[in-house]
Amino acid sequence: MKEKGWKEIPIGGTIVEPGNAVEYKTGSWRTFKPIWHKDRCIHCLICWMYCPDEAIIVENGKFVRFDYDYCKGCGICANECPEKANAIEMVLDRKI
Amino acid sequence: MSTIIGLTGNEAVAEAMRQINPDVVAAYPITPQTELMHKFADFVANGKVDTEMILVESEHSAMSASVGAAAGGARAMTATCANGLALMWEIVYIAASLRLPIVMAVVNRALSGPINIHNDHSDSMGCRDSGWIQIYSENSQEAYDNTIMAVKIAENKDVLLPVMVTLDGFILSHTLERIEILDDKQVREFIGEYIPQNHLLDINHPVTIGPLDLQDYYFEHKRQEAEAINNALEVVEEVSFEYSRLTGRNYDVLELYRMEDAERAIVALGSTAGTVKFTVDSLRENGEKVGMIKLRLFRPFPYKEIYEALKNVKSFAVLDKCISFGYGGPVYGEIKSALYNYQAFIPAVNYIYGLGGRDIKPTSIKKVFDELKHITKEGVNGKLIHYLDVRE
Repeated sequence: MKEKGWKEIPIGGTIVEPGNAVEYKTGSWRTFKPIWHKDRCIHCLICWMYCPDEAIIVENGKFVRFDYDYCKGCGICANECPEKANAIEMVLDRKI
Repeated sequence: MSTIIGLTGNEAVAEAMRQINPDVVAAYPITPQTELMHKFADFVANGKVDTEMILVESEHSAMSASVGAAAGGARAMTATCANGLALMWEIVYIAASLRLPIVMAVVNRALSGPINIHNDHSDSMGCRDSGWIQIYSENSQEAYDNTIMAVKIAENKDVLLPVMVTLDGFILSHTLERIEILDDKQVREFIGEYIPQNHLLDINHPVTIGPLDLQDYYFEHKRQEAEAINNALEVVEEVSFEYSRLTGRNYDVLELYRMEDAERAIVALGSTAGTVKFTVDSLRENGEKVGMIKLRLFRPFPYKEIYEALKNVKSFAVLDKCISFGYGGPVYGEIKSALYNYQAFIPAVNYIYGLGGRDIKPTSIKKVFDELKHITKEGVNGKLIHYLDVRE
């Protein structure tokens, strides 16, 4: 997102468009990225319950994908994924 | 039509507030401001205003309530002084940075310690960097007039900043004066209806006020604030002109008193300006070419205007009823920097005076004018910062 100049923004830091946090792609903060192993996933959706960023997309009661626009790579999903399934793996997302 | 009545400075400001009829007033008592809000509370109790009056538990809360009310789109006012203003400190900055046009009377009193309830300017001068517009009043008439003008200045769309109207504690706040009061209708027409933008109670256009603002946008918002207070200079001039036409009382950012051919000048603000005028008149009778510049607007600082006013004098003194420890008087510093901007060098000295309510007499003002004679002749030899009427 291109950052705006001082003449282009509402005064005093007021947010005048409700719900515009959706434009802020916090996925850019990520260092580690969760990878989904479809073959091991049992669709228990514990990851979906724990994800603090609503970045687990579920359709018809099943895990479909991560929303990488908002996944900050915290790794809670990988930690909570049942040991026997072990369907989420954290990998380095970028060079540090 | 105007009515002439006798009022103290506190009563005059309360009367202006009654006529303004603000939506919300938050108040906490502190001497010498107490009587102002006492009087206004009477108006509320007697149904003379529609104001929601909030009696809070501290000045920090008084300013917080004013901020909340203004963020909700209300015309909000409060008043305080000295230690009360110091307790408000955190929220004073927030009011300006959220761009809320709150109007506050500051009944100038020394900021402790040792504790003292009498007048100097150390309270409001401490707020000079807070983003508030500051207007100083020479007498209670001006305090009344400035309070009404402040509403219109604050709410101007190119400004949208809070305004502090000051009056000297006790010297003005508790002294009965002849005051000309406008009709209620004239005041209400002059200030007009307040139409707030982007406020919290506009449920059809929900907004968030005061969110976290980090490295990416904080600076841009401060840049806007700097622009707004610079815009205020012209707006103060416009509103003052409009008010002059209504009342016949002329206001500008400065008042020049017998400056046409003045060789020596004193710059002062607040009630002392009246004492200096009296002294100028008596020295003028002896043929001395002396004059006075009264600084009405301290923030934004009228650099160009003060240079224009001083450029032809041979020497001048700045009277400061406040001390910035380790430097000198805050007004002195600003005026010297104004002259630097225009590459003018005029011998100038600073007199710190009146701290903690020490009386300032015409004889003391005369001493300053006499000293300026030497400075005109010999330049400034020695100290720049002097302390007027302090015992050795």
